Amino acid sequence: MSAAEPVIEVRQLDAFYGRRRILHGVDFQVMPGEIRVIMGASGSGKSTLLRHLIGLQRPHAGSVRILGTDVAKAGPAEMLALRRRLGVSFQGGALITSMSVGENVALPLREHTRLDENTIRIMSRLKLEVVNLGGFQDLMPSQLSGGMVKRAALARAIVMDPKLLFFDEPSAGLDPVVSAELDELILKLRDALRMTIVVVTHELDSALKIADTITVLDQGRILETGSSVSVQASNNERIQDLFHRRPRPVDVDVDEYLRRLTQEEL
Amino acid sequence: MSLALQLVWRLGKRSVDGVRGLGYAGALLVESLWFSVAGFRSGQTVRFAAVAEQMRQVGVDAVPIVALLSFTVGLMLGIQFVAALGDFGAESQVLMAVAKSVTREFGVLITGILIAGRSGSSFAARIGSMSVSQEVDALGVMGIDPVRYLAAPALLAMLVMLPVLTILANVMAILGAALYCAPVLDISPTVYIVQTLNLLEPGDIWQGLSKSVVFAVLITLVGVSTGFGVSGGAEGVGRATTRAVVYSISAIIVADMIFSFFLNR
Ligand SMILES: Nc1ncnc2c1ncn2[C@@H]1O[C@H](COP(=O)(O)OP(=O)(O)OP(=O)(O)O)[C@@H](O)[C@H]1O
Ligand SMILES: [Mg+2]
Repeated sequence: MSAAEPVIEVRQLDAFYGRRRILHGVDFQVMPGEIRVIMGASGSGKSTLLRHLIGLQRPHAGSVRILGTDVAKAGPAEMLALRRRLGVSFQGGALITSMSVGENVALPLREHTRLDENTIRIMSRLKLEVVNLGGFQDLMPSQLSGGMVKRAALARAIVMDPKLLFFDEPSAGLDPVVSAELDELILKLRDALRMTIVVVTHELDSALKIADTITVLDQGRILETGSSVSVQASNNERIQDLFHRRPRPVDVDVDEYLRRLTQEEL
Repeated sequence: MSLALQLVWRLGKRSVDGVRGLGYAGALLVESLWFSVAGFRSGQTVRFAAVAEQMRQVGVDAVPIVALLSFTVGLMLGIQFVAALGDFGAESQVLMAVAKSVTREFGVLITGILIAGRSGSSFAARIGSMSVSQEVDALGVMGIDPVRYLAAPALLAMLVMLPVLTILANVMAILGAALYCAPVLDISPTVYIVQTLNLLEPGDIWQGLSKSVVFAVLITLVGVSTGFGVSGGAEGVGRATTRAVVYSISAIIVADMIFSFFLNR
């Protein structure tokens, strides 16, 4: 792949849950080595976009190309090859609850490599050290605090040294110090391991600190994509609301409002 | 919406959901078997360690309860047959009645119902809570096929352990019957058992064992597919667990009836 080719290339992506349309014609591109932050109000479709980027959902319309693979057309073998090159840390961590932290981190190595037990143990402990969880490998996920879950999930996501890392809400619900540490970690991963990183976040400070570029999503549409400076300077009212923590003006459509109140349930 | 229309709509939705559920379970079966046989070629090997762990949970851990309950059922059958056949002075037929009904019917049915309650529910609960907490998604994006990792080991373990447990149940039930019937028939328990063994034909044993294989498939598919279908948080997991038990026991009993009909005509 030449350096100029995007790692992620999404064109005119539509997504539905049932009949509800969640994403409207989303175009989205990320270049190698970039840290892209996706911002947007709660429910704007950030996690849904992410689910498409990691191939958990197939596009309803439009195309998603990740590391040169078309997610909609890829067969099982191609998807597997792609997934080995991706790391994903979910919004809730999604550690396997029946396994210890160490086993969780070692799981991708066990399943995808033929390394011997010793090597696997050392490699997974190394990654735990990277996320400042050294020595915690024997705890069960239920014994971890929220911040530790996020860091353990990150360790599992990077254990195969992925080319591309997705991180949903790294700092939600964490104290400022831990969340700042996670930001440092993300920067370190990009600089030391040359990963391309896509981060979904609500936290303005953290977004501005780590982002090379920011995409703002609003009600399933991309409002703007650009460098963090240019997005901050945008004239778009919704973006300014988001950046200055202003409550949204409520526009009332009387007919729609009445219909919602009186509609019969199916 | 009028009441009649609502009823029709619900009925239609139920039927569609039912057919979809059957299709899904069928696909699960095919995929699990496929991964077990040929998964290693596409980097989705079904690990022996995972199957062994499932075999322990499904089979070994169930040995005491299966043994105890089938012994009790055997005892009960002995009492009933002695009472019923004694009325006709046909006590000598008790041995035959116990031997055939246990090996063809009761051994496998007791085992099936117990394992549906124990393991069918635990498949549904485990996989259901994993779906809810996105662990199933996480497996998927790590390139670990959830069907291969969660469903295939469960199916293989059940296919091995349910027949084994059925044999155990047969033995224990006949022992239970011997304990009560031998004194009544004025023979020693050893003689009772030897006579039973002489009476039994391979066909009787095979009937029970072939049913146990079908039960294993039914219990696993119902448990696993309700687990994967869970939505709606912890409450959803609870509902799925209950549904898995009710559906799998119903499926077992209906399948048993159909089997008995065709095998004993
Ligand atoms: N499994 C689902 N079934 C139906 N609708 C869903 C499902 N998941 C999400 N949605 C809907 O899709 C919309 C977008 O959800 P999404 O999770 O992508 O939002 P988000 O931007 O990640 O929000 P947050 O910042 O709160 O995580 C929401 O309105 C939500 O109700
Ligand atoms: Mg989200």
